[in-house]
Amino acid sequence: MTQTHADYQLSQLDQLEAESIHIFREVAAEFEKPVLMFSGGKDSIVMLRLAEKAFYPAKIPFPVLQIDTGLDFPEVLETRDHWVNRLGVKLVVASIDDAIANGVVVDDGKTSRNRMQTGTLLHAIEENGFTAAFGGGRRDEEKARAKERVYSHRDEFGQWDPKMQRPELWSLYNGRLHAGEHMRIFPISNWTELDIWDYIGREGIEIPPIYFSHQRRVFERDGMLMSETPLNPLRAGEVVEERTVRFRTCGDITLTGCVESTASTIPEIIAEVSIAKLTERGATRGDDRFSEAAMEDRKKEGYF
Amino acid sequence: MPDATESLTANMDMLRFATAGSVDDGKSTLIGRLLLDSKSIFEDQLEAVEATSASKGYDYTDLALLTDGLRSEREQGITIDVAYRYFATPARKFIIADTPGHVQYTRNMVTGASTADLGLVLVDARHGLTEQSRRHAVILSLLRVPHLVLAVNKMDLVDFSQEVYDKIHAEFRAFATKLNIPDLEVIPISALSGDNVVNRSERMDWYSGPTLMHHLEHVHVASDRDLVDVRFPVQYVVRPKSEEHHDYRGYGGMVAGGVLKPGDEVVVLPSGMTSKIAGIDLFDKEIAEAFPPMSVTIRLEDDVDVSRGDMIARPSNAPKPSQDIDAMICWMTNEPLRPRQKLAIKHTTRSARALVKDIQYRLDVNSLHRDQETKEIGLNEIGRVQLRTTVPLLCDPYSKNRTTGSFILIDEATGITVGAGMINSAS
Repeated sequence: MTQTHADYQLSQLDQLEAESIHIFREVAAEFEKPVLMFSGGKDSIVMLRLAEKAFYPAKIPFPVLQIDTGLDFPEVLETRDHWVNRLGVKLVVASIDDAIANGVVVDDGKTSRNRMQTGTLLHAIEENGFTAAFGGGRRDEEKARAKERVYSHRDEFGQWDPKMQRPELWSLYNGRLHAGEHMRIFPISNWTELDIWDYIGREGIEIPPIYFSHQRRVFERDGMLMSETPLNPLRAGEVVEERTVRFRTCGDITLTGCVESTASTIPEIIAEVSIAKLTERGATRGDDRFSEAAMEDRKKEGYF
Repeated sequence: MPDATESLTANMDMLRFATAGSVDDGKSTLIGRLLLDSKSIFEDQLEAVEATSASKGYDYTDLALLTDGLRSEREQGITIDVAYRYFATPARKFIIADTPGHVQYTRNMVTGASTADLGLVLVDARHGLTEQSRRHAVILSLLRVPHLVLAVNKMDLVDFSQEVYDKIHAEFRAFATKLNIPDLEVIPISALSGDNVVNRSERMDWYSGPTLMHHLEHVHVASDRDLVDVRFPVQYVVRPKSEEHHDYRGYGGMVAGGVLKPGDEVVVLPSGMTSKIAGIDLFDKEIAEAFPPMSVTIRLEDDVDVSRGDMIARPSNAPKPSQDIDAMICWMTNEPLRPRQKLAIKHTTRSARALVKDIQYRLDVNSLHRDQETKEIGLNEIGRVQLRTTVPLLCDPYSKNRTTGSFILIDEATGITVGAGMINSAS
């Protein structure tokens, strides 16, 4: 035993873990074809770890699905492959490049790849017949996310209707679906960014190295530090310089900013997150800055 | 001591609380205040709220904008749906179920209260107890939320008058005697100016009780669980069928009551087969005991037939399988609940169908009057019903165990959750 429980009291991190495991098992028991949306970022790695725990010593009884934007950080893809191999789970990759080539989504030159993820994802769900898709969304990330149920019903167009959400009572989840509909499942809804880091530290979970402080060639855009990459051409007036940075989220390399940081260990990151003055999305996600309801609008379309 | 790799909050305990109150009682402002004064609001969030407040022409920062996350909520200036928010202080982590005050969204309040350790009801000091505050107290009591706080808000608008507070306090205590509220605290506050929220108010020196935050940080919730009656609903059968774990057969689930230990004699319901616990696994470790709300995997000594929906209990202390259920129902959809209706029911990990045999009465949550004339329960109404289920449920009274005593009802045609049930008895 890792700890004693003289007072039969679970720490909040243990309670969160127990709740998430319960959700994973419930979905695996009741849905015909679940899948875990896996980006290789810290939240989805924690999700995979929780799934591993839920079914151990059996293997995770569903595949993982990655939406390949073509603009992912190479370090993140490496970590993805490492986890998939270690756990022996099946990896399904849905690529935006393929989706564009097949006419599933349209590249009009204006829409960001992040936004094209939605159509690619919905197509992959439909094509594979997935009935439940686990996502690593947390309610503390954003105010539209704060409204989301653990089981988030999506209609046959993949849409979220916040006004028609099913009441979610006790730990009794309702997974009923009609043909063509699916459910998005958020087992780590009640976790905060700090909880994720605590758990990564406690469990010794391997995450992509870009979360730790490193030297990077960056330039400033819209108040954020963006990586120098041929995928993201410089605009007039933008100057590249080397800074000591780390990432708080891992998304599309052209939209995900990094923060100046010397935190190179988990305890240092925890110390930094504990006193952070900006939310992780506000600090580093260009895609959430379009409008006050950017996340809500994207979720209604079928984004995760 | 916290591990070196963990933050100060990792090993703390957690309090879940649900807020309730009428539309203009200042609930969103209070939540905004709790978040702001506990330094749980980030600069970018505050800047967005300040900018929106300014663009709406307000001369103050509307903290309610922090919590109304949907476009339609901001348009109408009201909270439509439950939102969950998180903050931590050096003492505890908190999950707030921020529930709407409107009568038509009572079902969302029930949703938020179903998992809460504590209910926080706001009243406006100028108006005193309203129908809505009584209604919320009744719902919190029906849902057996063990702790209740009545926050008498807007004390700044009644000159911080002790007399006003005393009157509301006395009125509520009298009302609460008719309810099941084991623990009640009444705190005078001003959410707008922050009096007695986090910091003690100098303008109410006549009040000697705790501030709201102090109470939230210290209210004792550990003893609210049932650690006596063993209840383990089997959720998932773990069968690796791998070389390494060829004969492994474990039963995954979340402990709903009692303490389980290796060597304990157990009975599997509904079959009634008995065995002993061979081991309890938490991932790759064997553990010495399991208690609520741990998610574990249990192995039994004998190869008995156990599947999802079954329940592991102690032979001398097990629920009696029953198909006839007497329960309180909160109805959550437009089409009323009527006798002879057939619905899907989900209770612990067991799904079945249920027939409404009788509607005994509809409860008027304002007067607590039991209306036996009307034989239907409408949207947002609560009533007592008799159900007959297709398979036996392994249940306890809700007053004894909130997990084995609760169920949901699902409309089989639409798939929507239409009712929340709390079991009185089974026969």
